[in-house]
Amino acid sequence: MNSTPENTPLQTTTECTRIAASKQFKDLLAVKRMFIVPAFIFFLLNFIGFAVLVGYAPKLASTRVIGTVNVAYLFALAQFVLGWTIAGLYLIASAKFDRLTKDILAQNDLAQNDLPKIDTPRGGH
Amino acid sequence: MSVSLAVFLAFVASTLGITWWAAKRSRGASAYFAAGRRITAWQNGFAVAGDFMSAASFLGLIGLIALQGFDGIFYSVGGFVAFVTILLVVAEPLRNTGKYTMGDVLAYRLRPRPVRALAALSTLTIATLYMIAQMVGAGALVALLLADSGIGYNTAVVGVGVLMMVYVVFGGMLATTWVQIIKAMLLMACTVVLTVLVLRHFHFHLLDFFAAASQVAYHQKGELVVKDFLQPGLRYRPPHGPLDLLSLSLIFSFGTAGLPHILVKFYTVPDAKTTRHSVVWAMILIGSFYVMTSILGLGAAVLLGPDDIVAHGGTNVAGPRLAQALGGDFFLALVSAVAFATILAVVAGVMISASTSFAHDFWTNVIHRGVERRPGESVLVARIAALAVGAASILIAIALGPASNVLILATFALAVAASANFPVLVLSMFWRQFSTTGAVAGLTAGLLATIGLIVVGPTLMGIDPPGAARHLIQAAPWFPYENVGIVSVPLGFLASIVGSLLSHAPSAEAKFDELIVRANTGLGAERASG
Repeated sequence: MNSTPENTPLQTTTECTRIAASKQFKDLLAVKRMFIVPAFIFFLLNFIGFAVLVGYAPKLASTRVIGTVNVAYLFALAQFVLGWTIAGLYLIASAKFDRLTKDILAQNDLAQNDLPKIDTPRGGH
Repeated sequence: MSVSLAVFLAFVASTLGITWWAAKRSRGASAYFAAGRRITAWQNGFAVAGDFMSAASFLGLIGLIALQGFDGIFYSVGGFVAFVTILLVVAEPLRNTGKYTMGDVLAYRLRPRPVRALAALSTLTIATLYMIAQMVGAGALVALLLADSGIGYNTAVVGVGVLMMVYVVFGGMLATTWVQIIKAMLLMACTVVLTVLVLRHFHFHLLDFFAAASQVAYHQKGELVVKDFLQPGLRYRPPHGPLDLLSLSLIFSFGTAGLPHILVKFYTVPDAKTTRHSVVWAMILIGSFYVMTSILGLGAAVLLGPDDIVAHGGTNVAGPRLAQALGGDFFLALVSAVAFATILAVVAGVMISASTSFAHDFWTNVIHRGVERRPGESVLVARIAALAVGAASILIAIALGPASNVLILATFALAVAASANFPVLVLSMFWRQFSTTGAVAGLTAGLLATIGLIVVGPTLMGIDPPGAARHLIQAAPWFPYENVGIVSVPLGFLASIVGSLLSHAPSAEAKFDELIVRANTGLGAERASG
């Protein structure tokens, strides 16, 4: 079912090691990390913070803001808005990831199907 | 024949048509397990939403909010947040480094047989827990709707079970995906209409609606009380409540990102970029759905009242009964039929992930060491596994009966996913030193700790007044928290890390470069076929 001839596993590993050590690939990882790590940690802390506020400071969370709508409910709605915002920003940022990935592949004269497919490694070694 | 039966039968007929169409097109393992990897971004977004928004979300959640206000709303937020984890951390590398299951990603650089065996075990555990929740939901609905037509809980469970086996056995992932897409559309439409009806009752004055929700009157231990349902604390009260809530938030942050039936959906699209877009589609659908459920839950509390909900069918049918109050019997029928469709679609999704994992991880790769002896063998084994797991879950659901809130049951499955699957999945994709010993330790510790603590926790253990035994084990609970994540999630991570540090696995480290190159560039990833 592979459309390209199979490389030997040895070539695959060498090829990958070479790419992994290249500057472009390290740059790609750095650029990705710069977006993903802060965004993920921020969202996680914000949600856990929401749980802490609701659980440990119910008085503060029950403070009414608009009519009877309180801090807790607004904070809950904010989770959705924040999640969608992060998703939108990630889509924008990922255009750059895709461009860098394409460069790496072109630099190495590889199309995406030039490596053998990930086949399930044989069991029992 | 009642309207609800007619609507339900129409859904069943059209989905069986899809299954027939899919069965004709389904040739080979990639077609059966991954829909030929030809699903588009919006289609997969709807399918993921249809796979995730379960009876627990639609029936359990509305009921929980209607009785416990804001603490129920916390569950709506929780269902959504893990999709940020999926989008940023899990989906794309998973798509690029696996074939059909989570076990593929683990086996890539670890010793395949032990990790696949344990991954299959945790997948089957999660599937069973999830399935029980859906089956109980189906039974509760029938008890409400069709009681006078002579169709009881047992018949409903058998019917749902047999239908889902047909989808999975004959249609595979392609049929399951389309069943989920249609179901997501129906459920969204239904939820929007119901939300508009609730708000129309308050002439679309949102503040009037929330004002009503801030003074809900009901009976508690024989006394009439008036509570603000926007205030936290109705479910999670001190002394144990706050930590229980924190525990729940850990389960929510990671659980869905380790749910096998959600993860398999990311193998059905052509590439990682489509995966990314499909997650965003799913986030838009699931997020807006959960915002609306908070209105429906509060609406049920205001318009029906907690007393009435407890007296008529319990928390699992608060949503359909709200529909009846607002739109009459016809709307009740429609909403109930959609709820049935919801259960069918989710059960089919859970089923196919369980049978895929059994056939691909356990049968082909553990028992037969990665060699498919005859062409089509793994698909045949998956079909047999679907039949067997389906039959087993029907029997368990009948044995358990229509017991507790289905949302709480589904949260247990989420706890296993967060404590066992998520740590090993993430560490195997991002940590060079991660080893087979670490994966085995993490999966075992996460699985055992979650199940063990649930068994000795307040859900199953408790002392009830004589004659009203609600708990399975009549003794004071050994573990005070309903949600075990505060212990089990860190334990899953800790066991994985300690296990890896104590062992030395040069081959796993050597293959890490290969893994990250593949994960980040999509080199050699599975292509569309069939």
